[in-house]
Amino acid sequence: MQLTGAQALIKSLEMERTEVVFGMPGGAILPAYDPILDSSIRHVLVRHEQGAGHMAEGYAQVTGRPGVCMVTSGPGATNLVTALCDAYMDSVPMVAITGQVARPVIGTDAFQEGDTVGITRSVTKHNELVMRPEDIPLAVRQAFLLASTGRPGPVLLDLPKDVLQSTTEWHWPDDTELAASLPGYKPTTKGHPRMVREAVRLMTGASRPVVYAGGGILKARASEALRELAELLDAPVVTTLMARGAFPDSHRACLGMPGMHGNYAAIMALQEADLIIALGARFDDRVTGRVASFAPGAQVVHVDIDPAELGKIRRADVPIVGDCRLVIEEMVRVLRASGEDQADRRAWWATIDDWRQRFPLYYEPQLPGDLLKPQAVIEAIRDAAPEATTLVAGVGQHQMWASQYWRFEQPGTWVNSGGLGTMGFAVPAAIGAKVGRPDRTVWAIDGDGCFQMTAQELVTASAERIPVKVAILNNAYLGMVRQWQEMFYEERYSEVYLSPDLPDYVKWAEAMGCAAFRVESPDDVGPVVDKANAIDDRPVVIDFRTDSREKVFPMVPAGASNSDVIVHPALRPGGEKVVQ
Amino acid sequence: MSGAAPATGPWVSGSGRARHQTISVIVENRAGVLARVSALFARRGFNIISLAVAPTDDESFSRVTIVVDLEETSVEQLTKQLFKLVNVVKITEMVPGEAIERELALVSVRCAPPGGPGPSRGEVGELVRIFGGSVVDVGHEALTVMLAGQPSTLDDFEELLRPYGIIDIQRTGRVALPKLERPTARRGAGHN
Ligand SMILES: Cc1ncc(C[n+]2csc(CCOP(=O)(O)OP(=O)(O)O)c2C)c(N)n1
Ligand SMILES: [Mg+2]
Repeated sequence: MQLTGAQALIKSLEMERTEVVFGMPGGAILPAYDPILDSSIRHVLVRHEQGAGHMAEGYAQVTGRPGVCMVTSGPGATNLVTALCDAYMDSVPMVAITGQVARPVIGTDAFQEGDTVGITRSVTKHNELVMRPEDIPLAVRQAFLLASTGRPGPVLLDLPKDVLQSTTEWHWPDDTELAASLPGYKPTTKGHPRMVREAVRLMTGASRPVVYAGGGILKARASEALRELAELLDAPVVTTLMARGAFPDSHRACLGMPGMHGNYAAIMALQEADLIIALGARFDDRVTGRVASFAPGAQVVHVDIDPAELGKIRRADVPIVGDCRLVIEEMVRVLRASGEDQADRRAWWATIDDWRQRFPLYYEPQLPGDLLKPQAVIEAIRDAAPEATTLVAGVGQHQMWASQYWRFEQPGTWVNSGGLGTMGFAVPAAIGAKVGRPDRTVWAIDGDGCFQMTAQELVTASAERIPVKVAILNNAYLGMVRQWQEMFYEERYSEVYLSPDLPDYVKWAEAMGCAAFRVESPDDVGPVVDKANAIDDRPVVIDFRTDSREKVFPMVPAGASNSDVIVHPALRPGGEKVVQ
Repeated sequence: MSGAAPATGPWVSGSGRARHQTISVIVENRAGVLARVSALFARRGFNIISLAVAPTDDESFSRVTIVVDLEETSVEQLTKQLFKLVNVVKITEMVPGEAIERELALVSVRCAPPGGPGPSRGEVGELVRIFGGSVVDVGHEALTVMLAGQPSTLDDFEELLRPYGIIDIQRTGRVALPKLERPTARRGAGHN
């Protein structure tokens, strides 16, 4: 069967069971947009290519399958770079297709030529300029394999226009051809048995163990196994920003999020542990604080599918390369078989419970005449949310509050930009998440600053009837930056004021085809959230007017030791909420 | 970067200039692979002393020989990060004493024509002969000479030529292969 390169591309995407492509056409990618008309694949036309990338990420985060986006050469590809970098940092499986100028003019600064492979080299797991139409099917198979196995990540295929236009005999490579085409790619999935036994020995003997669960748990679908392990060990679990939902918040052993804005008990448990069991986590600086003083008394068991993470930041006493689910399941088997008694953990739990009781998450109740408390808004949305609601966040204070105050019970219900911290992530990622799991309600908690970066994708959502709900915590500031200026720059506020009503978010949202509300009084929060939950035929935007003075606590200042965590003033010695 | 102590094989090269380690990387021989390797070094802040590339006997693969500065770079991180490149097939950390390492130098050096003032061609030629190099080009007041050998030998050669006045020097960077298995042979004598 003779096909054009473009037809081969679309057919290959179908062979990989692609349901949806987020993208925007343009000169170089034009040939690929013709066969898509005849394809079963849904195309979502974005308003900016960055949106296509984040939508693909949102889709991937809730489905576990690679999100696919397709854009044109030059500006289309450069607009995608932020999303690629975001996906790379958070190990999100994604396949990006970019058009390229025709082969004969590559290197001549042709119209809309950009060195896409060069530009995206450091923000993709792999990328490839495909120079022959007959190579397209194999390139697509490789891309999906690379994106979704080992440590997942974004893979980009750059396709010159004339490669898409010329014809080739269709051939779909089999597994053998695929494997032979990647002689250097063999991710290790099974943990080394001796290392696993050694890890279990340390776990059994530890009197102050902590499970440090990272995003890898979700990528490996290891939540069930993690729960079994934690219960067998009777060990507390901290879930990083990327791992919220990997272990139920309602579980007694869950201490919540560690790190810069983590729960006090989670921060301190890591800090005081004698054994850290790091599972699919990478000792990010936002978790460790000053590395030299991080968890000084802890031995480390570190499991990761990416060998380069082992020993990168913190030396591991027992490094294990492997898939988190397989390794944890093996640990559980070995633990069960050993029949050895766990060390006495009663004192450890008493200490942890004391931390939890004395330093809970805390914010002051709203006083009459004050603006809304952002934390209270999140709690109201949380309490009214249908089960398994997907929560998406932007980047800033609202993101930290969302992670802190939501209650995550299931994997794949939290979508955020952790490693790159990309403002503008929420709206498009929420759209992608809704496309991926249309059965689930999707709420985005967004900042006023973030919203202004990618709000135009709500036009996409309206046009495509993708009913996401966006709560803007409108504090009229780049709040997170304001907080740093308040705390570390003597309240010298520099370029952080945004205004609460420029733009008018309600009018703007309505102009984009959304239902829109403004909430200023605490009494209206619940009823308006209920109204939003009842709307299912278009996107909803709520402009919540929140108190700009509110800060995120606890906080470990950048570069400080986790032992120097700053708690809410009311919880400090002399504060009115101190629990003795 | 972690700044962690390197995992294996630190040693002092013959010249004593710095601590080096040679790493041999087999990569797929395709467009852009070298760019990926060098971009990775730049992006991760790895300090590379030299790099040499050529296809292996199997044309579909190339061997990249990299010498890293152990003072600046963790070999463990470097090899692990390199391995993440999809086109990297195999990495061998060369254990000093168990690898044959060679480098080639071309040196243009000043010398006087016969009867002219200053050191003569003969003097330079003698030095080249002692080192087992060869003269590859002759000008009126200069010679270009070539020497292949162990990097430390090249260092010495360069040092001894310097007083004559080096006009230009080009060294290739190191290539290396593991020593052949010879179970009965005495290990560790002479070469590195
Ligand atoms: C693209 C991008 N630019 C700048 C930043 C730096 N930054 C981090 S948080 C923040 C403020 C976010 O403001 P807003 O969306 O209003 O959220 P808030 O902190 O007020 O909740 C800024 C500017 C960033 N993370 N991403
Ligand atoms: Mg704000």
